[in-house]
Amino acid sequence: MSTPKLGILVVAFVLLSIPLAGYAQNSPGLGRPVSPDEIRKVDITVTPDGRGLPPGSGSVSAGAAVYAKACQSCHGEKGAGKPQDQLTGGLGTLASPKPVKTPASYWPVATTLFDYIRRAMPITAPQSLTNDEVYAVTAYILSIDGIVPNDAVLDAKTLPRVKMPNKDGFVSWWPKAPRQ
Amino acid sequence: MSNPDAKLREEAVAGNGLLNRRALLRGALFSAGMAAAGVNVAKAEDSVGADAPEWMKTPGRPFSGYGTPSKWQEKVQRIFTLAPGRAGTGVSRTPLHLLEGTITPAGLHFERHHNGVPDIDPAKHELFIHGMVKQPLAFSLESLLRYPMETHIHFVECAGNSGAFSAPQAQQITAGELNGLLSCSEWTGVRLSTLLAEAGVAKDAKWVIAEGGDAAAMSRSIPLEKCMDDAMIALFQNGEAIRPEQGFPMRLLLPGFEGNMNVKWLRRLNLTDAPVDARDETSHYTELMPGGKARQFMFLMGAKSAIVKPSLGMTMKGPGLYEISGLAWSGAGRISKVEVSADGGKTWGTAALTDPVLSKALTRFRMPWHWDGRPSTLMSRATDEKGGGQPTRARWIAQYAPGQGYHFNGIQSWSVEADGTVKNVYA
Repeated sequence: MSTPKLGILVVAFVLLSIPLAGYAQNSPGLGRPVSPDEIRKVDITVTPDGRGLPPGSGSVSAGAAVYAKACQSCHGEKGAGKPQDQLTGGLGTLASPKPVKTPASYWPVATTLFDYIRRAMPITAPQSLTNDEVYAVTAYILSIDGIVPNDAVLDAKTLPRVKMPNKDGFVSWWPKAPRQ
Repeated sequence: MSNPDAKLREEAVAGNGLLNRRALLRGALFSAGMAAAGVNVAKAEDSVGADAPEWMKTPGRPFSGYGTPSKWQEKVQRIFTLAPGRAGTGVSRTPLHLLEGTITPAGLHFERHHNGVPDIDPAKHELFIHGMVKQPLAFSLESLLRYPMETHIHFVECAGNSGAFSAPQAQQITAGELNGLLSCSEWTGVRLSTLLAEAGVAKDAKWVIAEGGDAAAMSRSIPLEKCMDDAMIALFQNGEAIRPEQGFPMRLLLPGFEGNMNVKWLRRLNLTDAPVDARDETSHYTELMPGGKARQFMFLMGAKSAIVKPSLGMTMKGPGLYEISGLAWSGAGRISKVEVSADGGKTWGTAALTDPVLSKALTRFRMPWHWDGRPSTLMSRATDEKGGGQPTRARWIAQYAPGQGYHFNGIQSWSVEADGTVKNVYA
């Protein structure tokens, strides 16, 4: 092979090797590009401002039925707990000598309930509830302590607006401790 | 022969019998020579087998595909109780008091599962990186295996480790039960920053929401800064594919950060501008303070140490020379110093650190001790290279609301009783 031809080949190889996205030269770049549709199927994150909440809705009364069917055997009547975690009550106890931490008394945002129930509950059949059922059972649990009224209907618009009793109870220590 | 008491005084580094380690190496404390070995004169017509143990006289076992510990070690097991109705939900602990060195055998790595151990088919598993990126991407195990690998030794510690020290009375349980939500492995995998760069991180992205592919879809918010630093997608643990209990086929490894954030069975990294207040960063792993406010996003595990030898369950066999040994670690970096006290904290001596002393890894410390047979209180305290140290238990407790047990790194104490038994004490 003559030298000029080799030179052209080297230049062509270098040009082809420049990574499009600018990532490290030692990365083989094997990530499979994913479409927004595919992401929608796996993305179950709900943020405190309501991004990620699906269409659908649920009422307190519908939620009471879901609760009786799917939750009560572990979390007790009206979320009183036993054998598993207590879901209701404990409001006003956080500063007391016997703090009771429940979703109602402790969790800062209501979207966490929806997000967690939808991804992980009921523990024997996670991800089996419909979006309507998750809205409904979230509404029911929040109604027990009067955080939402008994005629509440929760959906993507109303759920992020629910004011949790302990919404101002957390102090972030990242990236560093707050000034005292 | 010189006076042994004078010799001990000469080699003391702190009160109540703590000794200079170099004295051991010089043999200064071994006053008696080795007992002369008995001499056996065999006759020519005898076989030596008459005096040999059984296992020297019969062929041993054949090869095996995957070796298991000696049958004499059957009691070395993870420590757990199965709660009825929630199999696989909860914890099992590493029996720290039954192990040596710093690397945890994979089969004894502590477990924390939120709904059991999934049996993930690696051919059907992908890691999605999406959200605030230029191009959402999915990575199969097969593709990740072609990326440049890194190997690092790091501990993983559950944020709730040593929570028993928040109890009002000292719990009479073993070092493994007290501190065994802690393990240390050699992890091999792909730097997360390499994959994030490939997807192209958007300018305003600040957090990464990690999610597991288990039946709890365990989810946590992680600062992007950590993901661009030393975070790794770990594929191998102590040289073999990561165990199902530790996240097969892939887990997130965030060196020095609380265990829960090191999401196992990792299936999704969602880049966002804010944390999501996931259940496990609000309900759990937050620190309730007196007055009712709670600290959130306390990620870094502090400097910490625990003596595992001697510890509860062991019995000292009379006065004499013993080695105090334990583990020290810090999420902030290397351990720079471990001090040991044998007199309940009145005096402290600097312990020897066993090489290698690695960043965000378990470090073994050792200290020779001449126990005089009287009741003694043993303590250890670690300092890391960033200056982090350990408060007394009382000072640690005072920061929090009653029962707050996350992120305990107070000084721990064992009482050695006159009869040689060892008790957990608040000293």
